[in-house]
This record gives sequence, C-alpha cells and structure tokens, in this order.
Amino acid sequence: MNNGNAYITSSCIIRRQTVVKNGATVFTAENAALPEFLRSLYDRYSGQYQKFHKMDLLSKLGWAATEILLQDMPMDGYRPEETGVILANKSSSLDTDERYYETVSDIASPALFVYTLPNIVIGEISIRHGFKGENAFFVSDTFDAGLISGYVTQLLNTGAINACICGWVEQYHEQYEAALFLVEKEARGMALPFDEKNMRQQKEV
Amino acid sequence: MMDVFVAADNIVSPLGATAVANYEQVRRGVSGIRLQPEGYFGAVIAEEDLNAWTAPYQLNGYTKFEQLLILSVQDALSHTGISLRDERTAFIVSTTKGNIALLEQGAAAGPLPLQLFATADRVAAYFGSANKPLVISNACISGLLAILIGQRMIRAGQYDHAVICGADVLTKFVLSGFQSFLAVSDKPCKPFDAARNGITLGEGAATVIITKDRTSLKGNTAVRLGEGASSNDANHISGPSRTGAELSAAITTALWQSGLRPEDMGFVSAHGTATLYNDEMEAKAFHLSGLQQVPVNSLKGYYGHTLGAAGLIEAIIGMRGMMENVVIPTAGFSTSGVSVPLKLSNVPEQRQMAHYLKTTSGFGGCNAAMVFSKMNV
Repeated sequence: MNNGNAYITSSCIIRRQTVVKNGATVFTAENAALPEFLRSLYDRYSGQYQKFHKMDLLSKLGWAATEILLQDMPMDGYRPEETGVILANKSSSLDTDERYYETVSDIASPALFVYTLPNIVIGEISIRHGFKGENAFFVSDTFDAGLISGYVTQLLNTGAINACICGWVEQYHEQYEAALFLVEKEARGMALPFDEKNMRQQKEV
Repeated sequence: MMDVFVAADNIVSPLGATAVANYEQVRRGVSGIRLQPEGYFGAVIAEEDLNAWTAPYQLNGYTKFEQLLILSVQDALSHTGISLRDERTAFIVSTTKGNIALLEQGAAAGPLPLQLFATADRVAAYFGSANKPLVISNACISGLLAILIGQRMIRAGQYDHAVICGADVLTKFVLSGFQSFLAVSDKPCKPFDAARNGITLGEGAATVIITKDRTSLKGNTAVRLGEGASSNDANHISGPSRTGAELSAAITTALWQSGLRPEDMGFVSAHGTATLYNDEMEAKAFHLSGLQQVPVNSLKGYYGHTLGAAGLIEAIIGMRGMMENVVIPTAGFSTSGVSVPLKLSNVPEQRQMAHYLKTTSGFGGCNAAMVFSKMNV
C-alpha cells in the first residue's frame, strides 16, 4: 500500500468551442457545430488517424481531449498495464443510441451499434495510446469529482495502476463537455495535488 | 487487505426470482432459452411470471427494467439486516442499456427516462437509499466490475456495505445490433463448441450484497471476495484480443494478489458467449494464465447473454457451485471448438474446492477477473 501523493500533471477542458489546457485557453472556434469543431481539433492536434473518422461524437470528443491532454506528456515510461482509463458522463451513449435506433427499421448499422456503449471511448483512447490498465465507466447526472478522485486514488494507492486518464466526457445532441486529467504518482507538468477540490477547480476554469 | 464478504444474493431470470430457485434449476440442467415467437432463440422472462412476482408490490409506475432491479434488490435485502437506508451502505447499479426499451416504444417524454442515472435514482428512491446510486456501464464486464468496485470502495473506507445490483432487458435494440454483426446464433448458444455460431441473448437482474462486517453473515460458511482486476485489450472496439494476453493479465493479477496459484481454482466461470472470437480469445487467455488443468464452464447456455446482469448472475451461480463443490456443466457444449485444449464438460463434476475464478470480457476491449473464496465464519 502506497499512501504517497498523486498529482494532476495535465488537464484538458473542452466546452463551448473552446479548449483549455492546463488552465490556459489554447483554441477557440466560434460558431462551429460539434462535428466541425471536433474535426478542427483533429486537424490541429492529431496526425493521420483514420479510425477517428469512424467514431461517434462521444468517442471523438474523448479521443481528441486525450490527444491534447497528452501533448508533451510522453507516457512511454509506463508499461501498458500501468495506465488506467476511468471516465464518467451523464448521458451514457444516448445520442448514438438514438442515431442507431433510427437505422433499425431499415438496415441496422453495425458501425453505429458498436458505439451504443459509453465505455467504447475508453477503448478508443486505449487503442490509440496502448493503455491496458484498469477501466471503469460511471454514469451520474453531474460530474462527481469525489467519486472519481476517490476511486482513482484507491487504484493508485493499491498499485493497481501508476497513471490514469480520468474525468468527464459528456455529449448529447449539441451539448458536450470534456474534462480530462492525467494523474500520476510522480510530479511533472502542472503538478497539482490530485484531490477532489483541484479537479473541480480545473474543470470550472 | 481488508476482507469483504457476501452477505446475501438474488437472481431474477427466466429460471426464477430467487438465487436458490435459479441455482436449483441450473443444477437440474434447465435452460431459460426458448424459441421466441419472432423466430429467434432468447432467454426471456415470461410476462405471467413477472406479473406474479411484482403482484405483492406497487410497481405499476415502473418500467420492466426497474421492476427487475427492484424485485432483485428487495429479495436480496430480505436475507440480511443490511439496509440501503444506512449511510454506510453503497448502492451500485450495473447496466448497459437500462430503459432503452422506451426508445423502441416511443414512450419516453424527452431523454430523462432513458438516462441511466435517472432510472437508477428511481430504484434508489424506492428503497429510500441514503446514498445516491453509483451507476456502472462498462459493457459486458459491468456486473463483475461492479462487485470489484464495491469491494474497493469498502476497502477505501467509504462504506461498510454495498448493495450491488445489475439488470438488462432483452430488447429489439440490442437484438438488432447483434444481428447486424451476424453474431446471433440460430440455435441455443453453444459456448466453446466446434459448432458455435454466436450468442443467444437473455434478460434478468441480480444482486450481491457485500459487507466488511462478519457479524452480518449467517450460517457457518460464507463467500469471501478474493482479489480482482480489469484490463483493456487496446486492440479493437468490437473484436477481442488476438492473443488473450490482456484478459490473462487481469487473471494473473487476481490470482497473484489473492496469493493463489491457478491449480487452487476449483473452476473458471468464463464469459463464454459462444461467438467464434470471444471463446477462442478466452481459451488462449486461460492457457497463458496456466489454467489448462482447471475445469472451465460458461453459463450462457442457461441464461443467454444478460449483458449488465451477466457478471452478477454468473458470479452468484459460481459461488453457489463452489459452496457445494460442484462444477456446473456448460449447457450446449459437446465438442471443443477452440484451438487450445480446455477442461470443458456438459456433465456436472464434483470437486473439492476452496476458490473459483470468474472472468468477463466485452466491447471496448474490456476484461475483468475476480477470485471468490470459501471461508468459515
């Protein structure tokens, strides 16, 4: 049992066509609808990654937020199973559920069906970065910083993982919000103590 | 590590409305899978059964999904003094699709009734739960992951007990999706069999109540939760790992942290969905984990795939099998159809055992494994 401190080493908040990285606004695209906004994030922050174009909006949002979160934060010091991905949101995959169900009366779309689970975004992030550690997807009406910080702290303290991508990835129709945090035992980057208060403060910047 | 125990359990399924009834049916080899009027095989709860089970309660305003959860939690609570009204009791709900049937019925006024947190809130309110429900929606590992998360939260000191329930309903939504993948069997599913050609869907609910408090346990023996772990394949969102290495990593962590060896397991309760790729991946993972000499079973031939309930239902049947020193046979299995040999059987086996291993895997590349152990109270 390691009761040592952990740190938020990076944060990425995306809402209202704006990206905030480590507390500073780094990108704004005014009046962009969500699909176009996500495409602009892909163009700006990612190299070629064909899988991106097949993803639903929830996965694109979480995937793009992770790209930005991990800029200048190499993760190759960790073995694959040392990094976990623990996420939460409000609407599960309901946006894609509705889109998928519209196809059922005609020809049900397997490409949409696979995205009718919220944890697919964990899968997409894991595939991109080779993360093979602990997974969990929680659903709650608002961001429960206490739940996420408590659970991730427990995973870090018991040695189940040594780093974690955690936070909130929500999307339903035109509403969306991502608030992702890289949490590590060793301080680097923004090196904020990892607790409920700092998580909430970063998210509300 | 703090010990956490199982204080009570329940299963609501086509095989019955209590864990005892379900276990007895499974022991007799009864399957809940039937040919449905629409022409597919599924394990569906008969309407007259559900009506009879809900009759004693005022559940008319609740959806079928909520009724299943309420029945399951109600029965489990009746076997223990642990209460959801206690602030020290966590309430954890595992589901993949919740009230998605409302989308099919066009019955939802806006998105709220379809939201997983909202339906969990309704169930929590029914029981006067002191704590907000914690909803876990992590594909097919949700049920087992919910038990693992409950154990971890108790160990972290956040709670003393946890009521962990899960449910999913067999819907056109889910059936059409697996059909679009050509992943639905044209016969009752045949896990690990050479002739397997896909899943059979099911529906149901299950509840496990866990506690750190030994005095909450009844009888001379009980189930103690062993260690568990989850992992991700980082390979494909709808296809499992080609090597099974990631499920194996979760299994190895669970065994090692429990201080146990593969041969200490009485059996492995596999996910065993009866798709070509899932069962093959699991077989490889069991070999990588040194489990080739340990009996393996899948319960999908009795229940079909119950999604968010599956990990809970199967963990409970596994616990009851362990307590009786029985390896439940794999219904639907006759000839091995995986590339590495496993100890599979379609007849029950009596075997002295003190532990067993439960595994699950799902879309998004997720895996979970957990050890369950016997203990004297």
